[in-house]
Amino acid sequence: MNNDTVIQETNIALRDNAEVAAALGRSYAAGFVTDIEMTSLPPGLSEDIIRQLSAIKQEPEWMTEWRLDAYRHWLTMPMPDWAKLKIAPIDYQALSYYAAPKAGPKSLDEVDPALLEAYEKLGVPLHERARLAGVAVDAVFDSVSVGTTFRKELAAAGVLFCSMSEAIREYPDIVRKYLGSVVPTGDNYFAALNSAVFSDGSFVFIPKGVRCPMELSTYFRINAQNTGQFERTLIVAEEGSHVSYLEGCTAPRRDENQLHAAVVELVALEKAQIKYSTVQNWYPGDENGVGGIYNFVTKRGDCRGDDSKISWTQVETGSAVTWKYPSVILRGDRSVGEFYSVALTHHHQQADTGTKMIHIGKHTKSKIVSKGISAGRSSNSYRGLVKMENGAEGARNYTQCDSLLIGKKCGAHTFPYMEVKNPTAIVEHEATTSKISDDQMFYCRARGISEENAVSMIVDGFCKQVFRELPMEFAVEAKKLLEVSLEGAVG
Amino acid sequence: MNMLKIENLHARVEGREILKGLSLTVNAGEVHAIMGPNGAGKSTLGNVLSGRDGYEVTAGSVSYNGEDLLALEPEARAAAGVFLAFQYPVEIPGVNNTYFLRAALNAQRKVRGEKDLDSMQFLKLVREKLKVMQISDELLHRAVNEGFSGGEKKRNEIFQMAVLEPRLAILDETDSGLDIDALKQVAQGVNLLRSPERAFLMITHYQRLLDYVVPDFVHVLADGRIVESGDKSLALKLEEHGYAGIAERHPAGEAA
Repeated sequence: MNNDTVIQETNIALRDNAEVAAALGRSYAAGFVTDIEMTSLPPGLSEDIIRQLSAIKQEPEWMTEWRLDAYRHWLTMPMPDWAKLKIAPIDYQALSYYAAPKAGPKSLDEVDPALLEAYEKLGVPLHERARLAGVAVDAVFDSVSVGTTFRKELAAAGVLFCSMSEAIREYPDIVRKYLGSVVPTGDNYFAALNSAVFSDGSFVFIPKGVRCPMELSTYFRINAQNTGQFERTLIVAEEGSHVSYLEGCTAPRRDENQLHAAVVELVALEKAQIKYSTVQNWYPGDENGVGGIYNFVTKRGDCRGDDSKISWTQVETGSAVTWKYPSVILRGDRSVGEFYSVALTHHHQQADTGTKMIHIGKHTKSKIVSKGISAGRSSNSYRGLVKMENGAEGARNYTQCDSLLIGKKCGAHTFPYMEVKNPTAIVEHEATTSKISDDQMFYCRARGISEENAVSMIVDGFCKQVFRELPMEFAVEAKKLLEVSLEGAVG
Repeated sequence: MNMLKIENLHARVEGREILKGLSLTVNAGEVHAIMGPNGAGKSTLGNVLSGRDGYEVTAGSVSYNGEDLLALEPEARAAAGVFLAFQYPVEIPGVNNTYFLRAALNAQRKVRGEKDLDSMQFLKLVREKLKVMQISDELLHRAVNEGFSGGEKKRNEIFQMAVLEPRLAILDETDSGLDIDALKQVAQGVNLLRSPERAFLMITHYQRLLDYVVPDFVHVLADGRIVESGDKSLALKLEEHGYAGIAERHPAGEAA
C-alpha cells in the first residue's frame, strides 16, 4: 500500500459518517393515554390554589404554610437561563397543579383496573399475582400515589415506604425534621416551585442498622394533559442502614410540552448507604421536536454522617429538555459520593445534566463517570462542579466525562467547574469525545452484524461502566431502552 | 462452479480509478497469494470484495458461488461465508470480545437459517478453537481489540476466522508488522484452517508469509490488474528481482 492509498483511506474515515447518518422516527412504547376519570384543580397558580391543593391532601397547617412560604419566595425569583438549553417560555398560569384519578387512592386491591392495566403495559405489575419479585413498588399516577406493594413485608423490617402525602399525615415528625433540609425551599427556581405545589412522591425511612430487605422503587407516570408533575421524594437512612432505590418514569405522547419539576432529597447518617438509580424515559417529543416533557429536577444527597455513602446512577433517554444535576454534599468525614450517568439525546432533545460534589468533611471521596450520547440534531451537555472546601483535608475526586457522537448534526459539550480551597485535596478530570466511526461500523458488518445492532453494541460498550452500577433487572431494561431510543439513528 | 470469479473489475476510490480491469478465478480448496507493489490496488481488492463503503465499482463483475457478490450488503456477504481479516483491526471499547464474536456468529447463522448458539455451546466452540489455535483465553475477556498489541490484533483476526469458519477468507496484509514468532503463529492458524471447502486470498507485500503458508497460486497485481500469475516460484522470483522489473515487462495499458 503506498502513501496515496493511506491518505485516501484516512479521508474516507474522516468524511461524515455516511453509515451512521441520523434519520427517521423512533418508537416510544410508553406513549399511550389511559382513559380514566380525573379530579383536577383548574389551571392557574396562586396562594388560593396552593391552599386548595393542601386542603385536598388533608395536610396539617405547618405544611400549608411551608408551601406558601416557598411560593412567595418563588415569585421573587427569575427563571434561570445559564444552562445550555433552548426552552420556550412556560406559562405557569396555564398549567393545572393537581390531577388525580377520581376514585382516589385506596388499598391496592381496590385500585381502578384501568390503572392496573396502565402499569401492566409499562411492565410494572402492581397486583398481587404478578408483582415484581424482590422489588417493592410505589406507583405515582399524575399527582398521586396509587399504590405501594410489599408494605407489610417492609413494615416487618421497620422500613417505612409510602407516598409522601401519606407520610405527611402519618409520620409528620420525621417529615418535618428532614423535608427541605437538603434542598431548602428557596434553593432554586424550580425547587421553590416544587416546594409550593408538590403533589406526591415517595417517602422512605430506613431505621438505624437496618438493611432494607428488597429494592424499593417508584414508578412515575404522567397521564393527564396540561398538568405539571411536581413530585417530591425524601429518603432518610439512619445510622448504619442500607437502601437501594429505583425510579422509572414515562408519559404519553402529546404535542404540547409538559412540565415535570421534581425535588429529591436523600439523607445518609453515620455509616449509612443510599444507592439511587433512575431510568428516565419521559416522552421525548417527536422527530421534529414537537411535544415532550420539560424535566427540571433538583436531586441532592447529604452525607450527613461520617463514613456514609450516596451513589446516584442515572440513565436518561427521555424528555424534550433535561435539566438535572444529582449532587452529593460530603459533610461527614470519609463519606463517599458517586455519580454514574448515561444521557442519550436524539432528534431535537436537549440535555444539560451532570452533578455537584461538595466536599466538606475530611478524606471525603467522590467519583463521577458521565457518558453522553448524542444523535440526530440533539444537544447534550455535561455540567459538573467539584468543590473542595477549606476543611476537606485529603479529599479526592475523580471525574471521567466521555461523549459519543452519532452523525454530524448533534452536539456534545462539557462544562467542568472546580473550586479547590484545600491544598491537600486532589481533583482529577478526564474527558474524551469520540464518534462511531465508519471503520467500527464496517468492522461489525464485515463480521455479519447488522448496522442497527452494530450501533447498539458500540453504544452499549460505551456505557458499560455505568450499566455495571445498575441493579441487574434495570441494567437489562436500560440496555433495551437505549436500543429503542436509537432506532433510526442509522440510515 | 468456481467459488469466486472476478471479471474485468474496475473500481474507484474518491474519484480515482484503482482497479483497472482485474480478473481472477478462485476455486474451493485453493490458496491464492496476491502480491504487488504499494498502490497497486491490493487492499482495494479486499475492501471491494467485502463491501466497504466508498469503493465504487464502475465496471466488471464478481460472482461468488454463482451469486452476484457486489449486490450484497457487507453483513450478507459475511453470512454467505466471506471473511476479511483486516489490515488494521478496529477497536470497539467496552464490547467484550467473546460477546462480539457470538453476536457475529449468531447473526450469520440466523441468515443461513441455523439456530442460535447459546452461551454454553458457544463457549465450548470457542475453547476448542483456542486450543487448536494455541491462543490464550485471556483474549476472550478483553474488549474487541482494545489495547491489543499489533500481533494480538492479527491473531484475534485469525481466531475470529477460526470461529466463523468462512468459505472464502481474504487476508489483507495479515503478515505486516508481525515479528517472526507471531508470523509463524498466524501462519499455523491459517494452515490449520485450510480445507477442500475453503479458499484463501492472501494479500501480501512480502514473500516471507509464503514460506509458512505455501500458496497454490501467486498473482502479481500491478496498476490495478493481475499482470502475472504462477506458482510459488513466482514469489521467489519477485523477492529476488523486486517489483521494479514488472513495470518493464508489463507497461500500463497492456492487457494481462
